[in-house]
Amino acid sequence: MAGRALPRITRSIALLLVSVLVSYVVASAALCPRAHFEDRTPRPPAAAVDHELAAVGLDDSTPVLARFGHWAWRALHGDLGRTIDGGSVNAQLGERIGVSVRLLLVGTLAGAGLGVLAGVWAAVRRGRLPDHAMTVLSFLVLSVPTFVLALLLKDGALSFNHCLGHTVIRYTGESTPDHKGTWTSQLADRSSHLVLPAATVALGSIASYSRYQRAATLDLLAADHLRTALAKGLTPGRALLRHGLRVSLIPMTTFFSFGFLTLFTGSVFAEQIFGWPGMGSWFLEAAQEGDVNSVVAVCLFSAVTVLLAGLLADALLLVLDPRVRR
Amino acid sequence: MLPPLPGALVGLALITLLGLYAVLGPYVSPWSPTDIDYRALSVPPGAGHWFGTNRIGQDVFAQTARGLRKSLLIGLFVALASTAFAALVGTCAGYFGGWTDRVLTFVVDLFLVVPGFLVLVMVAPALRAAGWVAYAGAFAALGWMLTARAVRATALSLRERPYVTAARHMGVRPLRIVRRHILPHMASFLITHATIATAGAVISEAGLSYFGFGVQPPDVSLGTLIADSTEVALTYPWMFFFPTGMLLCFVLAVNLVGQALRRVLDPSAAGAEVPA
Repeated sequence: MAGRALPRITRSIALLLVSVLVSYVVASAALCPRAHFEDRTPRPPAAAVDHELAAVGLDDSTPVLARFGHWAWRALHGDLGRTIDGGSVNAQLGERIGVSVRLLLVGTLAGAGLGVLAGVWAAVRRGRLPDHAMTVLSFLVLSVPTFVLALLLKDGALSFNHCLGHTVIRYTGESTPDHKGTWTSQLADRSSHLVLPAATVALGSIASYSRYQRAATLDLLAADHLRTALAKGLTPGRALLRHGLRVSLIPMTTFFSFGFLTLFTGSVFAEQIFGWPGMGSWFLEAAQEGDVNSVVAVCLFSAVTVLLAGLLADALLLVLDPRVRR
Repeated sequence: MLPPLPGALVGLALITLLGLYAVLGPYVSPWSPTDIDYRALSVPPGAGHWFGTNRIGQDVFAQTARGLRKSLLIGLFVALASTAFAALVGTCAGYFGGWTDRVLTFVVDLFLVVPGFLVLVMVAPALRAAGWVAYAGAFAALGWMLTARAVRATALSLRERPYVTAARHMGVRPLRIVRRHILPHMASFLITHATIATAGAVISEAGLSYFGFGVQPPDVSLGTLIADSTEVALTYPWMFFFPTGMLLCFVLAVNLVGQALRRVLDPSAAGAEVPA
């Protein structure tokens, strides 16, 4: 087992390192931090701009690779550099990472869990109303771009709150500013903020997972070993649970690692539209300001999460499929 | 869901209508997208302005037509370019195997590590100045990886087919084998993919423009139109409804056609009808 895991982990680390190098080079080439400092009235002299750029490690007279080397050396010691305003990237990262991780976790769990359940349900009720309804619904959800979905949810929540007469679903920020109270009221407050972004992130995954899971379960329902299980007297539900679900989850591990990519992009949209101070909205701000170090920090975060999702998918496959373990 | 044939017909009809609107809209409308009618700010749809006007008096019908045209152009270009590239990389990796395969697979994985949208946010503003082909090229460059993987897997299995081995032993050059014996086998998959990729490209372009990293004023795309009207979606619904509706109609239509194509061309994927 260790013999299988080691090359995968080495490969992931190699991918991580190369992707950080590539994102640093791409960010340095495409973004223009100089414009951020020059774009002031009165226009500062070039020497002053050079000085400010050098202070945040973005001095454009040194070659990109040399800058990367310098940055990487510091990064290996746990310092991701300065933001364009001179603040610490580490501090920003610490503030924002929790927000994003929470959204991604809820999205992944809700997306995969509900998607699998919905898929199994549709397959068992094949050709009947729930199946048709689910097919149409998931097709519609997958045809709505994530940012439009977020906007529609926001407008829907506005009308919903308006109908009820007071604000039940909140749609800005991840908690009410200066909200004091017991931890239960804090939790309620955070949950009411979480509903819409989580739905934005999860709905698409639920729809696509349910499609794949439906197909996998349908294949399974025709399988010999399930017929045997039924023949020896198990109820259909029990047979499916004991002998079916695990087998049908095996192909889902592949979709899990790719599905996470879509989910990550969706979380960037959700953060920006619902005003969550997470990694995604940081990225969009930083890209606009030409803040290379912050942009690279978010790329690093995305690379780490995507690779972790891939490794998790592999681990799941290992748990589910004894043939892989040999 | 609609059965394949009626679904495909509805989809094709929608695509044709949207295409006609995008191409002919500007000629039919008495207003050009940049005209400003100072006497009609935020008027609802009516005889003078078919889809109403926005807050600075621009005609929504003309603007939506222009935005849709841009989106469709980018969608088509990206679908063709990314599918062609995915076919090239995937077949080479699958057919040649060995180091070619290892290097290409690593590159594919590398592109998948950082979500394409983040890279687009970085590079699109810089490429936009170089014209729409460079701008659209960025979408194509970030949308080929998953197809390439699927193509590679198919090429890997085709490589050992008797007719391919026969061709190899007869001394047919590798690239010719790829072109004549491997690629035609994947035509149906590639056609289906290209169809669905059109929707994907239109979606990402709209998303990028929505967040302000795509098309810049005075040029418009569906994304910028949606972004400009989001805040007033409930007070002046027509400004939001028409561009958003066009985007949704197009994606829905493309997915309907894509699903039908997949059912007809690729019976093995009958169960897994997952659009873009």
